[in-house]
Amino acid sequence: MAKKKDEVGQAAESGGASNPAGGPAGSPENGATNGHSNGVNVGERVPVRKAYKLYLGGAFVRSESGRYTQVAEGPGLSGKENVSRASRKDGRDAVKVAQAAWEGWSGRSAFNRGQILYRLGEMMEARKVELIASLEAGGQSRADAERETHASIDRAIAYAGWCDKYQSLFASLNPVAGPHFNFTTPESMGVVAIAAPARPALLGLLGTILPVIASGNTCVVLASEADPRTAIVFAETLATSDLPGGVVNILTGQVKEVLPHLAKHMEVAALDLHELPPDLRKSVEEAATINVKRVRSRDLGVADWFDAAAAESPRWIERFVEMKTIWHPAGQ
Amino acid sequence: MSVEQSPGKATAKPGAAPAQSPAQEPAQLKKAVKPLGLDFGAAWEYAPAPETADHVKLEARYELFIGGKWQAPSSKKYFDTVSPSTEEKLAEVADADATDVDNAVKAARVAYEKYWSKLRPIDRGKYVYRISRAIQEKARELAIVESMDGGKPIKESRDFDVPTAAAHFFYYAGWADKLQYAFAGRNPRALGVAGQVIPWNFPLLMAAWKLAPALATGNTCVLKPAETTPLTALLLAKIIEECDLPPGVVNVITGAGATGAALVGHADVDKVAFTGSTDVGKRIQKAIAGSKKKLTLELGGKAANIVFADAPLDQAIEGIIGGIFFNQGHVCCAGSRLLVEEAVFDVVIRKLKDRMSTLRLGDPLDKNTDIGAINSKMQLDKIRSLVASGESEGAERFTPDCAIPARGYWFAPTLFTGVSQSHRIAREEIFGPVLSVLSFRTPEEAVEKANNTMYGLSAGIWTDKGSKSFWVAQRLRAGVVWANTYNKFDPSSPFGGYKESGFGREGGRQGLLAYLEVD
Repeated sequence: MAKKKDEVGQAAESGGASNPAGGPAGSPENGATNGHSNGVNVGERVPVRKAYKLYLGGAFVRSESGRYTQVAEGPGLSGKENVSRASRKDGRDAVKVAQAAWEGWSGRSAFNRGQILYRLGEMMEARKVELIASLEAGGQSRADAERETHASIDRAIAYAGWCDKYQSLFASLNPVAGPHFNFTTPESMGVVAIAAPARPALLGLLGTILPVIASGNTCVVLASEADPRTAIVFAETLATSDLPGGVVNILTGQVKEVLPHLAKHMEVAALDLHELPPDLRKSVEEAATINVKRVRSRDLGVADWFDAAAAESPRWIERFVEMKTIWHPAGQ
Repeated sequence: MSVEQSPGKATAKPGAAPAQSPAQEPAQLKKAVKPLGLDFGAAWEYAPAPETADHVKLEARYELFIGGKWQAPSSKKYFDTVSPSTEEKLAEVADADATDVDNAVKAARVAYEKYWSKLRPIDRGKYVYRISRAIQEKARELAIVESMDGGKPIKESRDFDVPTAAAHFFYYAGWADKLQYAFAGRNPRALGVAGQVIPWNFPLLMAAWKLAPALATGNTCVLKPAETTPLTALLLAKIIEECDLPPGVVNVITGAGATGAALVGHADVDKVAFTGSTDVGKRIQKAIAGSKKKLTLELGGKAANIVFADAPLDQAIEGIIGGIFFNQGHVCCAGSRLLVEEAVFDVVIRKLKDRMSTLRLGDPLDKNTDIGAINSKMQLDKIRSLVASGESEGAERFTPDCAIPARGYWFAPTLFTGVSQSHRIAREEIFGPVLSVLSFRTPEEAVEKANNTMYGLSAGIWTDKGSKSFWVAQRLRAGVVWANTYNKFDPSSPFGGYKESGFGREGGRQGLLAYLEVD
């Protein structure tokens, strides 16, 4: 892993000087610098490539379908890397593990959930070189990749802090006209299926996942199709952040193939939809009526995701909580 | 009431192993505690105490209230609204079609742009206060008409429906100029035109639940009451007219399902609010899929009412009775699945049967009446068919001796024991005075059974142990949990469901969100 990261970094550095936009760097003739585009340089170390698998129930697994999509190894690199292409069955498996994880995750103390999301921030900070490299390999400039990664880490910290605070803002003690103690508190909904935005691939992913899990929901996320690899690199930070397996499940593949099945799944409580084409959005919202899913749609521009004040508002948590009102008589 | 004997066995702790001879114990118990039937003879005969309805003058025909005027429907069609307790026609009301719906939505849009969004918030609030006060002033008339048109006992319409409706307008009126504090820093703003479709079980109260928050937050409304109970909504429209609200701020259109469908499907409606069955709620959600309309749904329920062995049993019995027989069980949050801990099962059943035998069924306008008329022939047929399924699936039915009036739609209070979770009467919303009783041994089992439903509107818990009560309340997947009480409502208290009981809240600060866009 470390070796590969260096490679991408070098390639970006050599290409970055002449091509800051992060487009194709170099030509086939510069095979000598990237080491493996053309021919074999005997004597040079052969790097180890990585398989980018789905993140499901805390484990990295290939799609049960055996299918894959390919992404370029990096700007200007001819190498191809394989990313699993999730199937409908993978979607069902993901819902199953998400449902199983929900009771434990929602049952943890809010303080503990906050600590785990903070730990996620720590892991991301430690692995930010990889995240930046992956975003770059996915087509971002070095500067944009850095900016997005830093904003993503900060978002994790912001939502870590929200875990034990939004309750005080959403809850109420209700002054009912009678001898009763009456209060309303937020609770999680269950499994939320998320169609993440294409861009920003990492910040958009964090921006959809964090408000959902901060309140105790678990989720199945269909990652950006524009840069699916970054979602899996990010999953490696989840896997090392004390987050229980199944709380976040990340599927790479085609949204239009998998989402309709999640939309009609009876164990999915809610949908968080981003940037769906109108036809798909309509059919997905229709399918969601099967169990009266809570459907939230938003189409934000890339700049909106970077607007921390707006993107870290508790309103995003509020979209995926239920309000429970409890009555009790006050008497002797 | 007889003095209650506690079962003469050492009560097993929740979760403890079953007693050694479980098969024989119930038989012994029955012998040890001889059921004492209640027999008051003629002592419990009540003289009729009818509410006089002389001063209530219904019009022969009601038009549509659109743009501040009473307008004939474009179809020229009218339908009858009848009293379910006498089957007599009370009045005829207009049947609004798509053209009328369009006119009403246009009137609401004009009113939104011309008046309602331009008023000072405190003035908007003052109009809503006016409505509240006028309801209080006309409370008697409204209660009588509510009982005539819908069949509910006058003591309920008089003491619950009408005062709670007035309170709801009063509560939300005060929010009109305080929205920026309700959602501090989040720039709350109105949505525009709200299309609101309400049910027949609490006709005036549901109109209040819909109109009050919508108006206070600055929206204008088109309200469609249910076809079997349009009269109090029309009287409310008259009140709104007399309160001099700007024309078109509230429009009331009567009709059946087609009218409602035209309203929720109208392209210029920004917000749809519906209270009714889960079935229709799903159809509405589907109809507006892919649009930008905001939606709140308050749908069906199959609430568990859980009685633990350490509950204050006499209070619990009253809560169970009120929980299921209030408004003939035409209540989405009715406690229709009673879960009783095994240790007190027999005694609870006996007390319930005794209490049921004292319920008085009959004339809704009689102040002594506990159980009024079933709202419609259609609903009566549905109750009968589900009760028949309970009998054919093997549950044991109890219905006390109960004189049924010769005319009208009636169903005597009914209880089923021997109910399994797979029975239709344990799964489907009956929406009638029918209670299904199941048993449990541990709090875990009670929670599992309570949550074993597609619904999640409400639940009840009866126990004297505070920690257990909260433990259970936290695990119930329901939007409203009543602990040691049941069927309590207040404008300041958010109400609404989990799961297939719908989404969004009505009541309280949270209820404002249904009608606002916030950052």
